[in-house]
Amino acid sequence: MSSGDPARPPRRVDRAGIVIAALLAGLAAVLVFDARGLSSTAMYGMGPEAMPVVVACGLALLAIGNFIDALRGNLPARESADPVPVVLILIGLALLIAIIGFGGGFILATSALFVTTSAAFGRRAILVDGIIALVMSTLIYLAFDRLLTLSLPTGPLERLL
Amino acid sequence: MDTFAALAHGMAVAIQPVNLLYALIGVFLGTAVGVLPGIGPALTVALLLPVIYKLDPGGSLIMFAGIYYGGMYGGSTTAILINTPGESASMATALEGNKMAKAGRGGPALATSAIGSFVAGTIATIGLAFLAPWLVDFAVRFGPEDYFALMCVAFVTVSATFGDSPIRGLTSLFIGLTLGLVGIDKLTGQARLAFGVPELLDGVEVTTLAVGLFAVGEALYVASRRHHSEEKLEPVRGSLWMTKEDWKRSWKPWLRGTMFGFPIGALPAGGAEIPTFLSYSTEKRLTKYPEEFGKGAIEGVAGPEAANNASAAGTLVPLLTLGLPTSATAAMMLAGFQQYGLNPGPLLFAERPDLVWGLIASLFIANVMLLVLNLPLVGLWVRLLAIPQPWLYAGILVFATMGTIAAKPSVVELSMLAGFGVLGFLMRRFDFPIAPVVVGLILGPIAESQLRRALAISLGDPMTLLQSPISATLLGIALIALLAPFVLKGLGRFKANED
Repeated sequence: MSSGDPARPPRRVDRAGIVIAALLAGLAAVLVFDARGLSSTAMYGMGPEAMPVVVACGLALLAIGNFIDALRGNLPARESADPVPVVLILIGLALLIAIIGFGGGFILATSALFVTTSAAFGRRAILVDGIIALVMSTLIYLAFDRLLTLSLPTGPLERLL
Repeated sequence: MDTFAALAHGMAVAIQPVNLLYALIGVFLGTAVGVLPGIGPALTVALLLPVIYKLDPGGSLIMFAGIYYGGMYGGSTTAILINTPGESASMATALEGNKMAKAGRGGPALATSAIGSFVAGTIATIGLAFLAPWLVDFAVRFGPEDYFALMCVAFVTVSATFGDSPIRGLTSLFIGLTLGLVGIDKLTGQARLAFGVPELLDGVEVTTLAVGLFAVGEALYVASRRHHSEEKLEPVRGSLWMTKEDWKRSWKPWLRGTMFGFPIGALPAGGAEIPTFLSYSTEKRLTKYPEEFGKGAIEGVAGPEAANNASAAGTLVPLLTLGLPTSATAAMMLAGFQQYGLNPGPLLFAERPDLVWGLIASLFIANVMLLVLNLPLVGLWVRLLAIPQPWLYAGILVFATMGTIAAKPSVVELSMLAGFGVLGFLMRRFDFPIAPVVVGLILGPIAESQLRRALAISLGDPMTLLQSPISATLLGIALIALLAPFVLKGLGRFKANED
């Protein structure tokens, strides 16, 4: 993804657009490749492999369409984007997944996400946010676990409750 | 008449104290979530789906009705007070409503939008109650090939006809169709696009996709462009109530907006944008105070808000009678039905009339509750708007992931959520519409199974699609709708070259 350069002059080859077209074409290829492994057992009509091929054809055509749009520079103008907060939030999501995956429990996982997102939006009071996050996620955990009887993943903190 | 009896029966279901409580909770939650900036009704429903899935189907559908209308109302409050429409259908409201709020007339703007929504919602729900049985009678005659053709119409209209670029709309649709292929093929039991990952055999969860695209995607997008502008919350100053003059200027736009909204919403064409903008331009043309437009004309809030709500009730017509979602919100409602193994359509009217008519009756009740609750509680909603942005989005993300964690706490599912979030971010950045992805994921597998059933019945003869008059007509409409934007664009270019 390209960041920066706002107000790019129109009618120029849009590199991001070409990448999008290439990704669509790649997706079409994956669909066809996957469909080749399916065996058609249908006596009449279409088997399970027909629809993926149809969708792949559509994707291939759209890849061409997007490619032409990109060559003509027809994509709408984009404002500049700041990649730092995006990366921060993605780190937060990765932390959440890792903590859940390694059995750290719901409270720690969502607190990590809360603090990183809040930091991504410009807050610098990590300690305060951390306490808010812990209290909030503990309350959510209790509400879900006791009131709605939905089971959320448990970790060391949840076992104390 | 049948409709009256059925509706009375539905009322009897909806008015039970437990169900009234469900409706009240739904309205409250829907408004509270819908009022948060950047969260439209579709996301409101998506976020709250996992929370309510332990309830019985009847109660949760009634809560749905409340969430749906509450989310719509909350969205317009946000549009008026901070000029960040949660969805494009609130854009017209934001145009005039925010100006009114800046001029110290936020109260009347909120009031006219609330009362207009009530009037439009009530009329449109009556329309739904009378139109639905009639359409159901028609729909029972549909064969699988006709259903397939109908889905083709929905695919085209949702993605190609009304967007800025048909190519980008169709690209979104095909991404959705691709995601719909993932999992075990229902007819032969073979796994498609699962790549040996057991979690993928069940297919892509609609709520995971919707929450990822809408909530996570939106948070990433807002974070990436935070440096552009600070949102400003307009305080509600002055009287909350509308003056006699305001009433006089509002009632006709309410009715006209309803007339635009309901029929267009009820067509399997989808989208509340068209009727809201039609209503806005009509009011601008008919008003006695043209000089006020663009500076906060009350007609410009009353009409589009009514149109928006009427079309929301209108989209329930194809959803309930044909099982055809034509907007992102309707798609989420369908996901809610499917959560309980219910498939909206003519059969549901016959098998579970208590459910369907209970839902329709609850729409009336939710509407009344919103009218009674929202104006007095506007102070509370405004306070929700004042939550600082970092905490707001951190909270939204926690809530968004919580739904997935509660439903399926697996690393694969959460990674998919994050992946869809990145997809949603990129689609927003490169201006691809998002609703077609969700519609494609939901309708793709249904369309495929209808087509395969039709072809199995006809012993593999594809001409069956053209031999049924219904199917042939619908496919014709789909083709025209698909080609029209390209032809019109070509004409436009021709004209531009001539100049």
